[in-house]
Amino acid sequence: MIYAVLTLGAIIAVIPFMYMLTTSVKSYGSLIAGNLWPWLPLGTEPVQWANYPDAIQQIGFDRQWQMPMFFRYTINSIIVTLAVVVGVSLTSVLAGYAFAQMDIPGKNILFVLLLATIMIPGDLTIVPKAVMMYQFPNPFGSGSWYNTYLALIVPFLASVFGIFLLRQFFMQIPKDLFDAAVIDGAGHVRYLFRIVLPLSRPALVSVALLNFIWTWDSFKWPLLVTRDSNMRVLAVGLQQFLVGEGGTKTHLMMAFSSMVIIPVIVFYFFTQKYFTEGITTTGLKG
Amino acid sequence: MTSQATAVAQPTSFFTPRRLRRIREAGLGYLFLLPAFAILVVFEFFPVFYGLGISLCTNYRIRFAEGQSCVYGLANYARAFTDPSREMLHSLLVTVTYSVISVPLQLGLALVLAYLLFQNIRGKAIYRVLFFMPYITPTVASAAVWAFLYSPDKGLINEVITAVGGPALKWLGEPRGVFQIIAVANGGSLPAMLQGPSLAMVALIIFTTWVFVGYDTVIFLAGLGNIPGELYEAARIDGAGGWQLFRRITLPLLSPTTFFLLLLTVIGTFKAFNHIYVMTLGGPGNATTTASILIFKQMYEYTRYGYSAALSFILFAIILVITVIQNRVAGSRVVYS
Repeated sequence: MIYAVLTLGAIIAVIPFMYMLTTSVKSYGSLIAGNLWPWLPLGTEPVQWANYPDAIQQIGFDRQWQMPMFFRYTINSIIVTLAVVVGVSLTSVLAGYAFAQMDIPGKNILFVLLLATIMIPGDLTIVPKAVMMYQFPNPFGSGSWYNTYLALIVPFLASVFGIFLLRQFFMQIPKDLFDAAVIDGAGHVRYLFRIVLPLSRPALVSVALLNFIWTWDSFKWPLLVTRDSNMRVLAVGLQQFLVGEGGTKTHLMMAFSSMVIIPVIVFYFFTQKYFTEGITTTGLKG
Repeated sequence: MTSQATAVAQPTSFFTPRRLRRIREAGLGYLFLLPAFAILVVFEFFPVFYGLGISLCTNYRIRFAEGQSCVYGLANYARAFTDPSREMLHSLLVTVTYSVISVPLQLGLALVLAYLLFQNIRGKAIYRVLFFMPYITPTVASAAVWAFLYSPDKGLINEVITAVGGPALKWLGEPRGVFQIIAVANGGSLPAMLQGPSLAMVALIIFTTWVFVGYDTVIFLAGLGNIPGELYEAARIDGAGGWQLFRRITLPLLSPTTFFLLLLTVIGTFKAFNHIYVMTLGGPGNATTTASILIFKQMYEYTRYGYSAALSFILFAIILVITVIQNRVAGSRVVYS
């Protein structure tokens, strides 16, 4: 009985993925004919691997970098995500360490202030933030931050969640360890990077992974602050294809979705231990 | 001369090596805090005040880059309350409907799954991984897949329903209430009050549940693991049955976790955007235009920045009040062991 309920749940969780994968290798004609079921056999036709190159071609071509638009979207997503993950990890490590291990006047007030930012809902600040993107001058060229990588990256380079999680972790490291390091001639900087960080790998990996997933998933902000198709990230490109010609070409749409989802799922299978740890120890979501 | 001498001498006595070290440590500390705080101040704190300014700017459209100056007034707020479309009130109603249905559904299902997984069963890790999969999938992609599953024509869900003899439904394209649909199918009709949430809304709720149940389950599992096993043994010796164990021990001792998840999911439903925008764009009509969608559309599609900012302040104030009341009520039932 228990197994029946759990298995039913697991099937419901998995069926949309099965539908996506099987549909992505069916022909348009076979779908119109009503061949919808997400399991083998896929119908009378052979497996249509050609849907994948077809989808890549139909999404468009980026003249600026001379490559199919799908690859440009992917590269944009990778640039933005890597920059945010590295940046957030760095700012969180520094601030988390300062809060946990350093003697700073006014530390508690600053920490309360930090936690207060969680209360500010994104919908309240999205209008002024978008306006700011039009107003900030772009230091690397003419124009503003609007429609540049700056707008996609810089506002997300600090994370209260990251600072909080790392602070909790750093606080568990005994003060004696620092005193011993001082006797050996180390200061705060060397102590942090040589001793504290290697000890804190699990926490650091959790922060990096969760920020990776959240940034990769972001859609609303990139849609708002980009205009040109060559500045789109994958999520925006996918949605634009859906409201455009992809909306009727189910098989191509599913091939596109598969190319977006499969790498994330594969990545998840290799790292899932850290995910559940990061989530259950903090329970926070960005 | 003497005063000059003391002025020179004083620093050496004031800046003892220990003091110097503390000042240097504080300086380094502020330096460590600076990058994170600079970002948070510029992109979290400042926008709150800036947004207030924008909301009072009655002529604020896309042309701000050209240094257009504002005409200040309350017109944007007035419009939010008096617009003949009553879109603000409607969006609030849609948001609350979405929240009130999906939160208990999500948490109820997750609690059942977590409780079952917590029993000594085989393959626990596999189930957990599979349940969690929808949560880590990029939302836009999974929402796109579901949009096709819900398709009225050649959609898998309708295919299943018609295979067992049910009627094909319009799902995301259906603005009518679910009870009204049932009533009409049986030859009747219901008054507007009783028509229920639109089918499009229900379809979105099903999707949300699919995405988040696994996440909630994992957190419930952690909460269950924190309940000391001796309590169950003691209760069993006293002759408590399975249901009593659940009702008298599990539920009360799990309440901090439940409360925490409740907070998280309520906030999550209030800020839900990506999947709604991908699957319905707030439609059909405005059947799924939540507060978050309305604010975004007024800004993105109509470039009404001032009006959009005003909406966000009003809706935030109302939602804050609702959340505080809800927390008071739910918080008083939490049992801390």
